[in-house]
Amino acid sequence: MSTPVIRTENLRKDYQLGSETVHALRGVDIVIERNEYVAIMGPSGSGKSTFMNLIGCLDTPTSGEYWLDGTPVAGLDDDELARIRNQYIGFVFQTFNLLPRASALHNVELPLIYAGVGKAERRERAVEVLQKVGLGDRMEHKPSELSGGQRQRVAVARALVNRPSLLLADEPTGNLDSKTSTEIMALFDELHTGGQTILLVTHEHDIAEHAHRTVTLRDGVISSDEPTSRALAMAGAGSARVG
Amino acid sequence: MNLLEGVKLALGQIRAQKLKSFFAVLGVIIGVMFLITVVSVVEGMNRYMEEDFAGTIYGLNTITLARDPEIDFSSDPDVWRSYWRRPRIRFQDADAVRRALTVPALVAVESFSGGNLVSEHGVEVQNVWLTAASADLFRIRDMDIERGRGFTAPEDRAGVPVVILGAETAEMLFGRLDPIGRTVKVRGIPFRVIGVMKKQGSLFGMSMDNRAFAPARSPMGRMVNPQGIVDRVLIKPLNGADLDQAKMDVEAIMRVRHKLRPTEPNDFSIETADEAMSFWENIRRILMVAFPGLVSIALVVGGIVIMNIMLVSVTERTREIGIRKALGAKRRDIHIQVLVESATLSLLGACIGIGIGIVLAQVVQAISPLPAAIAPLWMGISVLMGMSVGVIAGIYPAARAARMDPVVALRAE
Repeated sequence: MSTPVIRTENLRKDYQLGSETVHALRGVDIVIERNEYVAIMGPSGSGKSTFMNLIGCLDTPTSGEYWLDGTPVAGLDDDELARIRNQYIGFVFQTFNLLPRASALHNVELPLIYAGVGKAERRERAVEVLQKVGLGDRMEHKPSELSGGQRQRVAVARALVNRPSLLLADEPTGNLDSKTSTEIMALFDELHTGGQTILLVTHEHDIAEHAHRTVTLRDGVISSDEPTSRALAMAGAGSARVG
Repeated sequence: MNLLEGVKLALGQIRAQKLKSFFAVLGVIIGVMFLITVVSVVEGMNRYMEEDFAGTIYGLNTITLARDPEIDFSSDPDVWRSYWRRPRIRFQDADAVRRALTVPALVAVESFSGGNLVSEHGVEVQNVWLTAASADLFRIRDMDIERGRGFTAPEDRAGVPVVILGAETAEMLFGRLDPIGRTVKVRGIPFRVIGVMKKQGSLFGMSMDNRAFAPARSPMGRMVNPQGIVDRVLIKPLNGADLDQAKMDVEAIMRVRHKLRPTEPNDFSIETADEAMSFWENIRRILMVAFPGLVSIALVVGGIVIMNIMLVSVTERTREIGIRKALGAKRRDIHIQVLVESATLSLLGACIGIGIGIVLAQVVQAISPLPAAIAPLWMGISVLMGMSVGVIAGIYPAARAARMDPVVALRAE
């Protein structure tokens, strides 16, 4: 068995709101294996965002352990976390979070700049991923000159450019119309087929259905963790074939 | 992230917000502009003093003996009254100096006045600078006679009424005619023109070519001073190294002639070009310390403005910083980015200031008699100051930006 991409043990996060302590996460244990496609669901206030921030190494847990690709990251400081984010995690955000004044190409190059990759290789790799997401002819465009779907493709390209262990998508279709959403989800499916581990945070069931496993958070703990109907169908088809 | 990319990023940011950036660095621009202008004028003055002024007024390696100093900007009327009570310098003093000097030297007397010259055709030139002098004056002053000749020693001794004209005076009096051998009248007394000086140019806007020289004992001498009195005695040792010895000799000779007791101060003035230079050096030193000091205050204010603009800019770009951090920017990366931007901004301001300063210095030179010389050293200092102001002003905003929590920053609008 290879090292899981994500393994957490009793992950907790408390916030101090005035004199009151808010327990956003009350002990989450989860294992996500390589090439899994997991959707995180849950109503607002369930600890979904907190969980995503911890998994994305944007924040540190109050207590508990977290191994990302075998590396313990719970106790790391700011700069070490930055390096982990840069090397292991590709973010896709609801609001795209592209630099507005930079070209698509420069946006995609950004993680490589912080990784210290040389100019020539940087350009080459950025061009490669942009072509992979179907934007080979839009590389010099600024985000404002691109459609929402194209912007999200730039964001996906940027997330992939450092060949991360984990693609972490936070409501990636939240700002897209249904047709574009379908396109982006198709791209995710394709990436998953190509071996990418994907963690998808969403509140839409039909988006979550693209994943193979749905983890639902409620009041800071996992309330359910089950395969999606799509996975069951595929597994069914598989076992049928085996049987 | 390397420095070059930081600079590129900063330039992009500045380009995107031209007006805001301009106002941010206005303080630096103005500070550097004034610094460069003033330093250019002071340096220009300095070069002028060294190359022209001191040499023209005193002559190189020349001792000037006079009743009171040429250069004394003292405003105390008592000082001036004490100068006027001093005994005048006489021909006999010059003769005594000539006899008693222990080093070989040229000695000449010189007296000045102003007056009108009238040519034999009735052309009149006004406000001519009249000089009654010894023959050796031309050698001491390195003044070249372009046409004709200087006085001979016998003419000098006998006080023959001959005259040497400045280039401009000769031109005005005689036009294209050859002035040599012609006659000019000064206060009704005819003088024979024997020479014309080479063009000298001007000093502080005053022409040095509207002049007339005649032997000190000629009637010209009596026109500019009472009988036997001269304005100055010039002593130029043949060997420049003897200057200090000659100076001591002159002082000793004059003290004896004026019968001064050892406790009494000199009642005459002995100056060399060094005195003028040291006087000027004092002014220059004060200017060069005081002015950059004032400019530093302007730069401190400029730095505070830049700091505030950078704080606003960092706050406005909270989300961008969040994105960069999410993608792997370390604190150091963000820190450098803000510092480089601040330094680039300020450096740009300093360069603009230098440019305007140079132009202003040229304008000052064009509309006033003050010369200007651009000092590369001070341009370098300005660039350094601009950069330091930027870096210092950027420290706090950079620290704020680097410390931002990515989760919070990403949520910002």
